[in-house]
Amino acid sequence: MKADSIAPSPAGWTPLFGAWLVAASSMLGALFLGEVMELPPCVLCWWQRIAMFPLVLILPAGMFPLDRSVIRYALPLTLAGWLVALFHVLLVAGVIPERIQPCSRGVSCKEIQIEWFGFLTIPTLSLIAFTLIAGLLLFAQHRMSR
Amino acid sequence: MNQKYIFAIAAALMVAIFATATLVHDSEKGNRRDEVAEQNRAILVREHSPTLGEAEARVHIVEFLDPACETCRDFYPYVKQLMAAAPGRIRVSVRYAPFHDGSEQIVKLLAAAKLQGKFWETLEALFAAQPNWASHHNPQPDMVWNFINGVGLDIEKLKVDMASPAIDAIVRQDLADARTLNVTKTPEFFVNGRPMPSFGYEQLKQLVAEELNSRY
Repeated sequence: MKADSIAPSPAGWTPLFGAWLVAASSMLGALFLGEVMELPPCVLCWWQRIAMFPLVLILPAGMFPLDRSVIRYALPLTLAGWLVALFHVLLVAGVIPERIQPCSRGVSCKEIQIEWFGFLTIPTLSLIAFTLIAGLLLFAQHRMSR
Repeated sequence: MNQKYIFAIAAALMVAIFATATLVHDSEKGNRRDEVAEQNRAILVREHSPTLGEAEARVHIVEFLDPACETCRDFYPYVKQLMAAAPGRIRVSVRYAPFHDGSEQIVKLLAAAKLQGKFWETLEALFAAQPNWASHHNPQPDMVWNFINGVGLDIEKLKVDMASPAIDAIVRQDLADARTLNVTKTPEFFVNGRPMPSFGYEQLKQLVAEELNSRY
């Protein structure tokens, strides 16, 4: 890729870029809620941050230059975060009983701190973000394997 | 359009949005804090609050503090310096904000010491020994007795007072006022009713300087 070319993006670059956009906005969103609005993150939120924040650095490393392996590195983190987010959403919804929740100190994971449009809570946003990232990574995989 | 440029522009945009949102949020928060303090001037100080300095001093610092809080300990000599730099013009009142688990006992001890007229001596003794009884935000109320020996308190009376409903009411009152004034962290300062715009030594100094200039 020469700096002055106007060629279309190589196969798979755009979905990777999309995944990075989702990860970066999620990270900035989490930092805004936590550091600026000073809503304390609960334990489950911390686990999701651990999965989300590294993606913001790992994905660009595999986009410049384009490197297929980045999907193999990013997917496990994404799936781990997705599982925690799903657990969190189910816990808040009451599907999973409270007694098996891992939070004892600080903020309760069941506490709903924000709710936009009547359904968007922080865990819901997280689940949507991880789902999008996973989908985009799989799509990039599909585009690059042709 | 090169991918690197697309990426760089996207990253710059996101950072810019984040920074703008932060600035907007903080300025709104600052305005809200000013309003809350303005509306609740009457409860900044209570009858029971320990006060240091001349009664006619025109600059009044109200500090919400927790004796187990390390930053409060660091600020203490600094507040004293501010007072010394403007003799007779500044007075300080203390409000109890026992936010650490275990601080409440210590605050009751301070309130009981005030009944014996030894609030400030006790506070200083507690701050001096703080690393021994409250390291790492983990106050051990049972450990403080050795450290306040030198203050000359009547310990028997102190223990009786600490358990009294009157002292308990003082602590409840201060905690309730802290909630009303949106005080969630210690130390928190109000200078003639004005909260600090942001946290720091310099901000406090600035606020005190402004009030000194406008009152004298």
